[in-house]
Amino acid sequence: MSGMRGLSVFISDIRNCQNKEAERLRVDKELGNIRTCFKNDKGLTPYKKKKYVWKMLYIHMLGYDVDFGHMEAVSLISAPKYPEKQVGYIVTSCLLNENHDFLRLAINAVRNDIIGRNETYQCLALTLVGNIGGREFAESLAPDVQKLLISSSCRPLVRKKAALCLLRLFRKNPDVVNADGWCVLNTLLFQFIDVPFIFSSSYAYRADRMAQLLDERDLGVLTSSMSLLVSLVSNDYEGYSSCLPKCVKILERLARNQDVPQEYTYYGIPSPWLQVKTMRALQYFPTIEDPSTRRSLFEVLQRILMGTDVVKNVNKNNASHAVLFEALSLVMHLNAEKEMMSQCVALLGKFISVREPNIRYLGLENMTRMLMITDAQDIIKKHQPQIITSLKDPDISIRRRALDLLYGMCDVSNAKGIVEELLQYLSTAEFSMREELSLKAAILAEKFAPDLSWYVDVILQLIDNAGDFVSDDIWFRVVQFVTNNEDLQPYAASKVREYMDKIAIHETMVKVSAYILGEYGHLLARRPGCSARELFGILHEKLPTVSSPTIPLLLSTYAKLLMHAQPPDIELQKQIWNVFKKYESSIDVEIQQRAVEYFELSKKGAALMDVLAEMPKFPERQSSLIKKVEDVEDTADQSAIKLRAQQLPSNALVLADPQPVNGTPPPLKVPSISGIKLDHESASQTQSQPNGDLSKVQSQIPSADLLGEMVDPLAIEAPPVDMGSHQRVYREEDGIPDEVDGTAIVPIGDQANKVEPIGNITERFNALCLKDSGVLYEDPYIQIGVKAEWRGHHGRLVLFLGNKVTSPLTSVQALILPPAHLKLELSLVPDTIPPRAQVQCPLEVMNIRPSRDVAVLDFSYKFGTSMVVSAKLRLPAVLNKFLQPLQLTSEEFFPQWRSLSGPPLKLQEVVRGVRPLSLSEMENLFNSFRVTICPGLDPNPNNLVASTTFYSENTRPMLCLARIETDPADRTQLRLTVASGDSTLTFELKEFIKEQLIAIPMGSRALVPAVPVPAAPLAQPPSPAVDANDPGAMLAGLL
Amino acid sequence: SNLSLQIRFILLQNRQGKTRLAKYYVPLEESEKHKVEYEVHRLVVNRDSKFTNFVEFRTHKVIYRRYAGLFFSLCVDITDNELAYLECIHLFVEILDHFFSNVCELDLVFNFHKVYLILDEFILAGELQETSKRAIIERMSELEKLE
Repeated sequence: MSGMRGLSVFISDIRNCQNKEAERLRVDKELGNIRTCFKNDKGLTPYKKKKYVWKMLYIHMLGYDVDFGHMEAVSLISAPKYPEKQVGYIVTSCLLNENHDFLRLAINAVRNDIIGRNETYQCLALTLVGNIGGREFAESLAPDVQKLLISSSCRPLVRKKAALCLLRLFRKNPDVVNADGWCVLNTLLFQFIDVPFIFSSSYAYRADRMAQLLDERDLGVLTSSMSLLVSLVSNDYEGYSSCLPKCVKILERLARNQDVPQEYTYYGIPSPWLQVKTMRALQYFPTIEDPSTRRSLFEVLQRILMGTDVVKNVNKNNASHAVLFEALSLVMHLNAEKEMMSQCVALLGKFISVREPNIRYLGLENMTRMLMITDAQDIIKKHQPQIITSLKDPDISIRRRALDLLYGMCDVSNAKGIVEELLQYLSTAEFSMREELSLKAAILAEKFAPDLSWYVDVILQLIDNAGDFVSDDIWFRVVQFVTNNEDLQPYAASKVREYMDKIAIHETMVKVSAYILGEYGHLLARRPGCSARELFGILHEKLPTVSSPTIPLLLSTYAKLLMHAQPPDIELQKQIWNVFKKYESSIDVEIQQRAVEYFELSKKGAALMDVLAEMPKFPERQSSLIKKVEDVEDTADQSAIKLRAQQLPSNALVLADPQPVNGTPPPLKVPSISGIKLDHESASQTQSQPNGDLSKVQSQIPSADLLGEMVDPLAIEAPPVDMGSHQRVYREEDGIPDEVDGTAIVPIGDQANKVEPIGNITERFNALCLKDSGVLYEDPYIQIGVKAEWRGHHGRLVLFLGNKVTSPLTSVQALILPPAHLKLELSLVPDTIPPRAQVQCPLEVMNIRPSRDVAVLDFSYKFGTSMVVSAKLRLPAVLNKFLQPLQLTSEEFFPQWRSLSGPPLKLQEVVRGVRPLSLSEMENLFNSFRVTICPGLDPNPNNLVASTTFYSENTRPMLCLARIETDPADRTQLRLTVASGDSTLTFELKEFIKEQLIAIPMGSRALVPAVPVPAAPLAQPPSPAVDANDPGAMLAGLL
Repeated sequence: SNLSLQIRFILLQNRQGKTRLAKYYVPLEESEKHKVEYEVHRLVVNRDSKFTNFVEFRTHKVIYRRYAGLFFSLCVDITDNELAYLECIHLFVEILDHFFSNVCELDLVFNFHKVYLILDEFILAGELQETSKRAIIERMSELEKLE
């Protein structure tokens, strides 16, 4: 501490403070002192200034705000003597960051030190610029720094700093290195020759320079230069291929320990860091074409893979494994021969069972990577027990890796084991992991369920263990399965009945139990504790514990229990009526309405009660329905298994089915009850949907038989309500079919041979890409409307199939051809759409990963006896639907923007042929597809920056950033830069934005119009081409 | 602006959470730095010595190592080579140990400015600059002569 007693004394004082308060007092005193001294600047010796600036840094490090004195620190940079200069440089680079205005004041002083002849000052200046230099530094200093890097008169000490300094400047502004830095001489030479030539020659020049740097013998300079190369090739590898063989040479030299000075070996290993960096650089080249280079590289890699042993010394072990894991990455990247790959898998298998936690962690991590790029699944599966052990590791870092790996490796063969482990883990997992865990368990259970009762078990356990983390979607889903599977109903009912005995159950469990017991509780009637009255009792116990949105659901259940009570239970009726009466005056409208409705219905509508009570008397109808459901289930199951077996990411079960309208999560059928006389007063009060927001009222059920409708088993699922307006058709905000008037009716006899769509299908699709409801397709007979809701990577799209004419549309078939990145499930579509009726078919969408492929709806129906109409329609489940608008401030935007470096995470392209838009029109366009413009962030008024969040199952919610640099002189071109943390996403989003900007909209390749198929009596719609890899994408490509 | 292979920051903290060295290679606001230091300390301080030296931190990964009562933490990208950085920490500690001959926390407290100097010879622009212990020690004695 040469001569800085004052600083030592101050540090001692701080250390001697008894408590935080005393420390603060001491710090405040010192800050006051420093401030006073700085104010009376005149008498301040350089020594004192230096001492105070060090004290400021110390205080800053203690966590106190130092909001003055920055100027003094910066001013020391231009001090004439080394000791003060040194302090100025070091403290400035700790206290300020690249965005500070003060830093700009220092640019000249810093530049003078860089171009001056004092080596020590050069080093200080290069260090400051390398650590905190910003864009302005890049623009003014890059050529000077580059000169030092390639200068033969500079010591390695300076050159290694220059290499990393240049790397920083390149990160801040890649252009400076390209144009003014790396090839400054070159540009001068050729500036009068045509531009393409300059670019191509400067490429060669630049790459040559870089390649020359790799000939460096000094390993310090070489280490720094290798970092520079990694950064350059990560931005754009092209033009650097001459560096490739040099990298391999360096690797050979190190791996064979040839000509490596002792001081550059670490625990006997020739610079492990340089080895790692070199292999990293090689991973940015897509491939290695030269056979001899490739051979040499594989020899080295083989040596590393085979020659790394576990040793006792932890540092040596870590260092050699750092090299080994990098080699593994490189082998995976190069897609080596099978033999080498299986060596890798074998190694990883060894690693995941070692005791050393770091190695185990890395084994799991790399195995997950392996899963994605090779067909090593079968070998990896053999390690399942070991991986499951890691899921119970006390270290959360290891547990996370194990969870990722288990999720990735799960398929139908091991789902049961894996999901049960996840469930077990769920009850002990930390909160931060539970949501992810429960979602993953639910997805795996559904995707790979060997049988449905197991699926029900899993979801109920999930709700029981972690109800707070189970989203509504998950319980909707289980209800949907139960509803569609007769065999499952008693099982599900008895299962939830068991859960009801637990003392405290989660509200979601109350919901799902109430729903299932309401529907299927009567199936348990003979079992002890399962009479209607007992079910009511046990459910009603829960009512005081639930929130008000759940109460309407319970009321519905009570009404159903009452209907099912066999023989009629007067006592139960009294109890339930009391409940209804109690809630008649609820302040919650939904609750009040249901209470009133159910009470009135069960009291006044005695006829209805009779009808409902006789429900079980219609077995034929029920069984025919069930049979259809079963048929569907059989087929669905088979195809699903087939799809799984083929490892296809999507196993959407999309089948047209004549079952009327059932199948939406908590489905609710309100029969058309025009035949029933009802008290008009009560009817007029009853305009709501009995199951609240869980339900969609179906105003029409296709049926030729009114009595059948009334007694349809589905009717009990919700007491009829909407009596007043059985013909009411959905009135949606935005273009969804209103009540259809008769104008479009085409007399059967007049049918032309061709059914032309009304309106332009492509335009309709394009419009729906930017909004969430509207008409997807229309022809003289049918109108298909869409209304969609999107949340994260999930979406729910409801298709409204509206029959416009007075005869039924029959043989309605809807088939979804999903692209590989979407999981789509369309609920059952009725076989017939009655005259002038509308049916709703919900479609659940899940986005697996970023892609611009489009799902296609293959839709057909029959009109009259001879006319088959079919249309292939793209569905507006497109990339931007999985974006969530997000507006960033400049503090949020820029660090992210900078941290995403060039390709593949950040892509830039000059887009030409843009349809000319004013800036505000362009802003609107971007906002319309949910890429939010962040106003005022880009200092250039001709530029826009925008941000959004992308959701998919594979990526986490992923921040995406974009910048559009327009040319006010030429509105038809602009430069587009897109960045995100996922390379595929960046590419897809960039292409998507381009499509939106370019004058020809993406739908220009016209869709196949609705073409009448010659009426062959056996005409079948095409069945899903499960043998193709991705039928939806293929089809979308053809359209 | 490729930061994907870059050290975001380096922290030296003691068990009580007192920062003994903090160097940021990405621009953060002061309030954000305080938050980061607090969070990283909480993340590493209670981890068992038998655990991995890696822990997820926001969208990154912290590679840390404990020496007596001091935690050395490096924040890097999740795809980066963990073990290489882990040994990078150890090499830094060996350099400090050599420079101070048997380094202890007090050396680092009273000579914090030297620690910054050493670090600047070791890491620059968030990248490893020099891996030769000898080269750094020699450089330090050159610099001491100038003071």
